[in-house]
Amino acid sequence: MTVAELCKQAGFKAEVLPDPDREISGVYIGDLLSWVMGRANSGDVWITIMSNNNILAVASLADTACILVAEDVALESELLKTAEEKGINVLLTDKSIYDAAVTISKLI
Amino acid sequence: MNRFYYDLHIHSCLSPCGDDESTPDSIAGMGELNGLDIMALTDHNTTKNCPAFFAAAKRHGIIPVAGMELTTAEEIHIVCLFKTLESALLFGDAVETRRIKIKNRTDIFGNQFIMNENDEKIGEDDFLLSNATTISLEEVPDFVKQFGGICYPAHVDREANGIIAVLGLFPKTPYFPTIEVHDSEKREQYATLCKKDISRVVTSSDAHYLWDISEKKEYFDLDCERENAVEVLFDRLGGGA
Repeated sequence: MTVAELCKQAGFKAEVLPDPDREISGVYIGDLLSWVMGRANSGDVWITIMSNNNILAVASLADTACILVAEDVALESELLKTAEEKGINVLLTDKSIYDAAVTISKLI
Repeated sequence: MNRFYYDLHIHSCLSPCGDDESTPDSIAGMGELNGLDIMALTDHNTTKNCPAFFAAAKRHGIIPVAGMELTTAEEIHIVCLFKTLESALLFGDAVETRRIKIKNRTDIFGNQFIMNENDEKIGEDDFLLSNATTISLEEVPDFVKQFGGICYPAHVDREANGIIAVLGLFPKTPYFPTIEVHDSEKREQYATLCKKDISRVVTSSDAHYLWDISEKKEYFDLDCERENAVEVLFDRLGGGA
């Protein structure tokens, strides 16, 4: 499944989608960025509630398929602009982290 | 009473997010231009540019403090300062053994240049410096004290890596007599929130670029001469007189 398909089927909002055809291979959940750096796998949907600029660097390093920001956390326009420039998919949902993960689990 | 203008939170080109132009000599030079008296170098999880910074500070007439911005296991940033260069280097060695080694991607995080006393590049740190260490918040004060240093939570008013944002509140333990507030207009607010005396609320630049370094604005009034300023300052920020 691609990130664009996930958005459509799960009802996640694509805030920035520079790489819509990126394939999803799994899910990682975490908010401690150092943990995510060392543990998320390439192709994962990374679900988090963190919204500072550092999440973009972490997503690049871990090569995740997209960042899914849960709980309807407000995202700064600066972050979205940088994500677009760096080619990082950023999705948003008002679901809790748990509900978001369950939704994805049913789809992939 | 003498007035000492300060900036106690500055990153050099060794911090991945620090600009490559922020060499120790340029930092001290900028401090001199700005009219600062005391400056601390506080790179992420390393003290390896402190020897170069001490040499540079001497050239520029700055009182240097060797320090580090430590990332705890919880990803809280703590400013750690040492009375001597030697003790800071020993502390740096101790932190080295507690780092979580992730290879640095310079294209994402930036370069990590180690400089010598002549402001020449002598090496790089190959592993990302800014990520969490295995040192928990709870053990930080005692750990720093073993090396004769003082420490306090950095930028408590910030979302990213501020102690309040990470923990949800200012903790009762471990005890920190001092806090750093990034926005000087919020000093009073955070002094009250964290139950600190305003004389122990520090405001520094957290400079990652030369132009971020503080102007001649924040100061300590200390009852001492220049030679003893570091000693007297440490007494105050460490919770003493």
